[in-house]
Amino acid sequence: MAIPISYNIRNLKLRKGLTVMTALGIALTVTTAIFLMALLAGLQRAFVSSGNSNNVLVLRKGSEAELSGGFDASLFPTLKVLPGIAKDSHGEPMVSGEWVVVIVLPRKDGTGEVNVTVRGMMPDGLELRPSAKLIEGRWFQTGQREVVVSKSIRSRFSHANIGDTMEFGKGSWKVVGVFDAGGSAYESEIWCDVNQMSADFDRQGGFSSAYLRATDAIAADALKNRVSDDQRLKLEGVLETDYYAKQTSSGAPIKYIGIVVAIIMAIGSSFAAMNTMYAAVAYRGREIATLRVLGFSRPSILTSFVLESLLLALLGAVAGILLMLPFNGMQTGTSNAVTFSEVVFSLQITPRVALYAIVFALLMGFFGGLFPAWHAARQNILAALRG
Amino acid sequence: MTLGGFVVRNTFRNKRRSLLTMLSISFSLLLLTLMMSIWRTFYIDSGPPDSAKRLITRDRVSLAFFLPAYYRDKIRSVPGVVAVVPMTYFGNVYKDDRSTNSFAQVVTDPDEYPKVAADKIVAPDQLLAWQRDRTGAMVDIELAKKFGWKIGDHLTLQSPYFPVHPEVTIRAIYTIDPPVRSLIFNTKYLEESVDWFKGQAGWYLIQVASPSDVAPVSKAVDEMFHNAPQRTKTESQQAFQLSFVSSLGNVKAFILGICGAVVFAILLVSGNTMAMSIRARTREVAVLKTLGFTRQRVLSMFVGEAISLALAGGILGVLGATLLIRWLTHSPVAIGVPAGMKVTIPTMLASLLVAATVGFISGCLPAYNASRTNIVEGLRHIG
Repeated sequence: MAIPISYNIRNLKLRKGLTVMTALGIALTVTTAIFLMALLAGLQRAFVSSGNSNNVLVLRKGSEAELSGGFDASLFPTLKVLPGIAKDSHGEPMVSGEWVVVIVLPRKDGTGEVNVTVRGMMPDGLELRPSAKLIEGRWFQTGQREVVVSKSIRSRFSHANIGDTMEFGKGSWKVVGVFDAGGSAYESEIWCDVNQMSADFDRQGGFSSAYLRATDAIAADALKNRVSDDQRLKLEGVLETDYYAKQTSSGAPIKYIGIVVAIIMAIGSSFAAMNTMYAAVAYRGREIATLRVLGFSRPSILTSFVLESLLLALLGAVAGILLMLPFNGMQTGTSNAVTFSEVVFSLQITPRVALYAIVFALLMGFFGGLFPAWHAARQNILAALRG
Repeated sequence: MTLGGFVVRNTFRNKRRSLLTMLSISFSLLLLTLMMSIWRTFYIDSGPPDSAKRLITRDRVSLAFFLPAYYRDKIRSVPGVVAVVPMTYFGNVYKDDRSTNSFAQVVTDPDEYPKVAADKIVAPDQLLAWQRDRTGAMVDIELAKKFGWKIGDHLTLQSPYFPVHPEVTIRAIYTIDPPVRSLIFNTKYLEESVDWFKGQAGWYLIQVASPSDVAPVSKAVDEMFHNAPQRTKTESQQAFQLSFVSSLGNVKAFILGICGAVVFAILLVSGNTMAMSIRARTREVAVLKTLGFTRQRVLSMFVGEAISLALAGGILGVLGATLLIRWLTHSPVAIGVPAGMKVTIPTMLASLLVAATVGFISGCLPAYNASRTNIVEGLRHIG
């Protein structure tokens, strides 16, 4: 026969102060864990959502990133006529030869300098990336010294509003538009015309990468292999999605530090929960004995107290999640290990993060409650009734 | 019985509760000490004594871009510069991909290198042997011990960045405190085998005459290359190391946030315990008061109890952190932990001070309530 759960809820309510303090302690631990998981989830989202699975990225053979070297522009026409490439709005193959450089911009709040990626692209570059939406102004025009900046670049750096001029390369560039890349890796970039840009950085006659849009996923795979296998080209094709997924490794240090911190805090919180549950058991010695006399078995007493501890932990988890919710979407940046530029991402408290947080708290509650519950179930009935 | 004895006896009368509280506090303080030590290593520690006179010039955008070789002589011409050597990171892989075997391998110019690394102590005959053998390498004594290397041993290196497998001979073994666990070999040897690397260097390590030269020299060097094909960034060795840290994001806020959460958690745990233990003793407090103990006396007794409990947890936590950090800095598993990281006496004292303060605050409110108990009601209390 099981003890009704309302018994536990009433008990938790009875010792409000104790319950609230213990739950808050667990909540703090959960908060830390959520913070770290949300960071990683945001980073993951920045990279995973960045690619289009139909896009094939072409790099120089042996180079792992767009920044490490480029290839000769004479190869570009060959790429353009490969089979399986989709047509753009003008009926031409949808391809874009691009140059990527990293420039250094001072942060708006004066806390130092940050590496920012500038991407020069052909007009098709915009069509290749439908996920990036213009939210203000207009796109850059071919042949003009104009740039469009991402929403986060505008908010993090000075001189990044429409009408402002930015200084890099060999002169000034006019900001004509702002785009929203929906939290992807493009959210940390500045876009402009490839010819204007390569001239500024003395890189004419080459591209650091090319983007090809395949008609469908199967064609993309074939296109990728065709580019890589062609001995004359000495190029390598990768699916854009794969390319960005690999960069998620930038979050590895945060992950390891996070795990260590979360474990240490969780152990501390388990002890605190244990303390509270031991106290609860001690206060209720006579009550437990009475329950036993009424016919409740040892296992049901054990279950009941473990349940109570789990309830306490759940309360803590919910409080922790609520405490962290205001920080959802908060932007931060870390250095991208592949592009050397800062990647901007936001804290993402996804349902999965919340679920993990609850499981994490329940684990603490379980370990914290097990020994006291065991103690409660094994009490001597007579002695407890007299005490 | 003295007041102190009374406090200690009371602290440990519910052994399980005290133990659990202590353990809970100790884990929080372990984390706090760890965070403070990281903070100290990154932001306060000045590094090895000679590093105050060392500067690093690298590409302004990233260490991943090499600088031309001719920059070296231009840097040398800046007043205040005593020596300048090219440095390039060759890799950190040895034998296999296992991180336990990983250590830093860099190339430099052995002839001038001793001038910028005077804190690396090496026997003069070994140094000479290293400088004379183009394929020679100099290794940290800790590393030599770990792999059982001795002078004259041959090693084959590999790199994720250079498509070669150079074979080097150990010619010198150096000692430095704290250990840096690196292998250094000749940049010429690498240039001979890798065509495109000719005439390049990853960064330049500069030795200046006095610490006061650091700021003017770094400014002069960066200004000199302002209009050069590759602009540079020159900073002190410490700032250079710090830039790796700051690239991870807002580390300062991160550490502070964790410290805040930890301190608040201890406050809750400790306060909780004190509230529990004092409530259980309501009748005792009334008895004490009947016996003539003043309110102040009762108050100080309970606060003393809270402080001693928190301090006991604090001592445990600090010891734990010290052991953990010692293990981390000496363990081959933990890569990237600065070898100089340690828990210093001021850090320990700061941790204990935090513990005591938190204990004090957490004990105040319950103790105040207890000291105010009405004697008659307290005696009637059924606890």
